[in-house]
Amino acid sequence: MDRAERTALFTAVTFLGIFFGLLVYAAKGMNVDVPTCITDVKPFTEGKVIQHAPNRYEIHYLARMWYFEPSDVEIPAGSTVDIYLTSADVIHGFHIDGTNVNLMAIPGTVAYARVKFDKPGVYHIVCHEYCGIGHQDMATKIVVK
Amino acid sequence: MRVDSSIRTVIVGEIVFAIVLLIFGIYHGLMQVLYRAGVIKSMSFLGIEYYQGLTLHGVINVIVFTTIVIVALGNAVFLYYLQKPLRPAVQWTSFIMMVVGTLMAAWAMFTGKANVLYTFYPPLVAHWTFYVGAALLLVGSVIPLFFDWLPNYVSWRRENPDKKVPLAVYGMLINHIMWVIMLVPVVIEVLFQLLPLSLGLVQEVNPSLARTLFWAFGHPVVYFWLLPAYVMLYTVLPKVVTGDGKLYSDGAARLVFILFLIFSFPVGLHHQFTEPGITNNYKLIHSLFTFGVAVPSMLTAFTVAASLEYSIKSKYPELKNSLFYWWTKIPYISLEGDKWLVSYFMAGLFLFFVGGVTGIINASYNMNLVVHNTSFVPGHFHTTVGGLVTLVFLGMSLYLVSKLTGKDIKFKGLAVIAPWLWWQGMLIFEYAMSVAGIHGFPRRTNTGLTYLNPDSPLYRPEWVGYAELSVFAGVLIVIGFVLWAISFFGTLLSSPVREPVLELPSAEAYHDEKMPALQKLTPWVVFSSLLFLVSYIPPLYDVTKRGVFFDSPGYNDKSPVPITKPPASSKSE
Repeated sequence: MDRAERTALFTAVTFLGIFFGLLVYAAKGMNVDVPTCITDVKPFTEGKVIQHAPNRYEIHYLARMWYFEPSDVEIPAGSTVDIYLTSADVIHGFHIDGTNVNLMAIPGTVAYARVKFDKPGVYHIVCHEYCGIGHQDMATKIVVK
Repeated sequence: MRVDSSIRTVIVGEIVFAIVLLIFGIYHGLMQVLYRAGVIKSMSFLGIEYYQGLTLHGVINVIVFTTIVIVALGNAVFLYYLQKPLRPAVQWTSFIMMVVGTLMAAWAMFTGKANVLYTFYPPLVAHWTFYVGAALLLVGSVIPLFFDWLPNYVSWRRENPDKKVPLAVYGMLINHIMWVIMLVPVVIEVLFQLLPLSLGLVQEVNPSLARTLFWAFGHPVVYFWLLPAYVMLYTVLPKVVTGDGKLYSDGAARLVFILFLIFSFPVGLHHQFTEPGITNNYKLIHSLFTFGVAVPSMLTAFTVAASLEYSIKSKYPELKNSLFYWWTKIPYISLEGDKWLVSYFMAGLFLFFVGGVTGIINASYNMNLVVHNTSFVPGHFHTTVGGLVTLVFLGMSLYLVSKLTGKDIKFKGLAVIAPWLWWQGMLIFEYAMSVAGIHGFPRRTNTGLTYLNPDSPLYRPEWVGYAELSVFAGVLIVIGFVLWAISFFGTLLSSPVREPVLELPSAEAYHDEKMPALQKLTPWVVFSSLLFLVSYIPPLYDVTKRGVFFDSPGYNDKSPVPITKPPASSKSE
């Protein structure tokens, strides 16, 4: 390897090292993390909204061909929501627009994410994993007042 | 060199068969952008449903077309560089298996019995012919390695103990060894999960396990597509760019192939960042390895650019001290000799630059939450596999068919313009899809019916402009392909003017180091397989023992009622 090649390799590895350091910092230092394996909540068969405190909610989303349970949810601005997600049939997707909540609903498993809704508005949720002929109709929303 | 006419028929046959199918694949690509933008506001067009067309677009373009063309390129490379005859019986067996497998899967897809997309995630199940057909295609594609290429390689090594194996052979060999290793998980998935489910032998499968096995194949497979393109970038491009250019460094090229062999496998979880059931730290480890597999591509960027610079500057000595100006001397559009091929390589490389950047974004663990399953992802891979890989394959197909049939390239002007239209179209497509994706525009969705339909309660006006831009891009791409096809079929149907030969432009190396550690492949293959295994033990434990509570019955795409579980047992719900 000549000098130019070593420089190129060093530059590439340095850049990738910086990128990786930043994403680890975001994950561990700023709690922007991807879903993990949770075993304390079993897959459920109905969707529901549970209010623990004025600004603390837990929503159990059940994805089905081709709708989400619960459908539209209303919560006050500033709420922190624990989202649990499972599927009653095939694999579905779950993406809350404008947030970092991006989950897969896989039957037999439960996905989890926590999100705080500071700004009022309509947060659209679309199913973004192909789930059959009605896939393009599968959406719901969270209205933050 | 002269080639036995039976072998010639197989190689040309493989290329033509793959191209004829690709026409359907590209037609459905155009349909995709029309549906998604709501130009076609319907569930189906000419008897083919949106998701059926998407399945055809995916399976044909990235499973059938790539695999068969790679086998044809492998045949050409091994034959030309080792100068050892291929065995017609082996080649015909492989070709016929691939054709029969493809036709079986095509039957299932065209009749709507396999609307499962090219990732075929259970619990959606397809007709068994889809899985058996795919399996036949894949098995057919490894036959030449075991019964033709490896025996020829071994006897070449024995006859030339002191020589390095030619770089092109080295790259193609590593590529196909990787292919065999990566097929193991997907074969397990298909044989033990999907096929029994579709035949009704079992009633339930574990979808998380199936996805994990699938992506253990589904990521390395993109390097299986890419490496033959890299082989051509290293050996063909420097040669044709000036007529007698050189590859900057042979050692660096070999190192790249070894790095791909090591890092291609322990990375599949980066397709599963947003999935439940897998501990996030395992995902982080796979993310790190994915950054590792970016290194050989960055090294390739250096070597290819250095080879271009060296080749251009040795032809134009007056540019010796130029930093940037030599880029303008590359024959981007030239009809002279084989220089028309440069258009394909350069257009592909420019697209791959974008594809590399978006790929690193995808791999970036938590940043994947922004883009996962949005149109950002198809934006990314249309500049990689739909960019560099396809353009190099189209260029090399035209080149090989012209040489192997002894015909001059017809409509060369169209052939030179085609990749640039393709490039421009893909670039606009990538821009529209990526930016829309950051705004949440989902992939794999017939958005024209709902999200982009002003009459629907789900209407999302913020996505309209991007979808319309992608229609314009799609039309440009298709025009590019049509120009290429006119030249390809014009060449194929013209009458021979020369004796049919097999020729591949092959650049010599400027720096030609020995690097003995890279010459013996077996230790690297063993190491890479072990790393693959070790990196998958923890996630496989998660998806079989910890994170998954029960298995799922199979469904088809039309109904929420399971099709594999008898009604009696579903009562317990």
